[in-house]
Amino acid sequence: MAYKSFDEINEKIKSGKAVVVTADEIVDIVEEKGISKAAKEIDVVTTATFGPMCSSGMFINFGHSDPPIRMNKVWLNDVPAYAGIAAVDAYIGATELSETKGMEYGGAHVIEDLIAGKDIKLYAESYGTDCYPRKEISTYINKENINQAYMFNPRNAYQNYNAATNSSDRILYTYMGTLLPQYGNITYSTSGQLSPLLNDPTYRTIGIGTRVFIGGAQGYVAWEGTQHNPGQTRGENGVPVGSAGTLALIGDIKMMDKRFIRAAVYEKYGISMFVGIGIPIPILDEEMLKFTAVKDSEIFTNIYDYSVPNRARPVLKTVSYAELRSGNIELNGKSVSTAPMSSLKKAREIADILKQQIINGEFLLTQPVSAIPAANKMNRLDVRGVENEKD
Amino acid sequence: MKKIKVSLFYPAGDVSKPITYHLVKDFDLVINILHADISLNKMGKLVLDIEGEEENIEKGLKFIDEIGIKYKMFTKSIIWQEDDCVHCGACTAVCPSNALKMDKTEWNLTFEQEKCLVCELCVKSCPLNVMCVSL
Repeated sequence: MAYKSFDEINEKIKSGKAVVVTADEIVDIVEEKGISKAAKEIDVVTTATFGPMCSSGMFINFGHSDPPIRMNKVWLNDVPAYAGIAAVDAYIGATELSETKGMEYGGAHVIEDLIAGKDIKLYAESYGTDCYPRKEISTYINKENINQAYMFNPRNAYQNYNAATNSSDRILYTYMGTLLPQYGNITYSTSGQLSPLLNDPTYRTIGIGTRVFIGGAQGYVAWEGTQHNPGQTRGENGVPVGSAGTLALIGDIKMMDKRFIRAAVYEKYGISMFVGIGIPIPILDEEMLKFTAVKDSEIFTNIYDYSVPNRARPVLKTVSYAELRSGNIELNGKSVSTAPMSSLKKAREIADILKQQIINGEFLLTQPVSAIPAANKMNRLDVRGVENEKD
Repeated sequence: MKKIKVSLFYPAGDVSKPITYHLVKDFDLVINILHADISLNKMGKLVLDIEGEEENIEKGLKFIDEIGIKYKMFTKSIIWQEDDCVHCGACTAVCPSNALKMDKTEWNLTFEQEKCLVCELCVKSCPLNVMCVSL
């Protein structure tokens, strides 16, 4: 087939003629029609994910009080926010804990409450300057009375992730959920064949500037995500086995909907945030169609033993998401039950909403301004310093 | 007719009597074993649904008590606040009785109250705090 450009696809969207399907639907379509025919007929495939993503947070500008204050310490509902930027700017991270409620409430809850339209208590301190004389402020903010509030998530939409289990004799409380002793369960976190970067494994169409659905609003890919690791081992289909690419995403908090951003508390681990993300993939050619037709049985991950307290945990088994979704995996001759940590139901809901928005002409595609790296080196943190110097 | 849910705690020593047999035979009770964790010479636990005439249930429980097995009635239950649930599945990782399961087509969470052992593991494992205990 001939190459279809972003512009041509957008023209079809604007004239209401674009054919849009989800990354779930495309699997059956390809089985029925084959790659060539499907690539000609289909213009856009929508992908989505709804999982806990710790590396998330929000920039916020409060506006100036009278007399003004150069806030250097800020709390929102008793959760510390970072204020080492300009006078009334701050950043609150999703995993930051409340100083009064501990693990019950944190940065993600502040973000969720703000999106829900609730009043948030703002307390800030300052050393006072000639131009900003006020030294303390206590007031309430909400999404109507602040200036900008935008989510800036340094690492979202992980391209694949580990599965977790526990060989030890005690329960482990992790960001992969509660892991029962003696291989009592296996947990995994992905939307698999519906997941954005698993449908564009080489980052051909998803790059800097790609418009995305984030938390119910339209946002953008701002950069490669932190720990972006395109060099991960890949299968013959180009799909990485284990955690690989990541995206830094940005989106307007004021346009978000609580249905797609939810604060999460993991017992004895801490706070995270469910982020609902949807990314459209233009079917530029047959290669893109083939990428989007990937299915759970062709996507693999490694099961790691989370009771090993080292960076290099042993791989126990490599399995497909079709096997993980089946509910049981055989491990060391024993059937172990599996459980998801990320909501496939919500991911499907988002992929459907995005599909509908594109069909309705409300969501246009953007060609990346620049690609995210297809190769790089992942560094590790070595412990250095006088006491650790050997020579 | 009455139905109760009860946990039996077996001591570490030998339990010579076949308890469920006697509950059925001697007291005309309908027994459904929900959970069993019993090994020789170890402390064990058995969770039962017991159905029968109120008087017979009382007699059955007295019999259990007399042969040296402690029991505890289930008075609490787990409530799933479905409207607030995102159906992630984290609770299904810890549910020992499969009362909490993912429906494999829609990937909805499903909750079968009758299978629930009220172990409360789901309460702690739910990241959205939608599972709670009724008193």
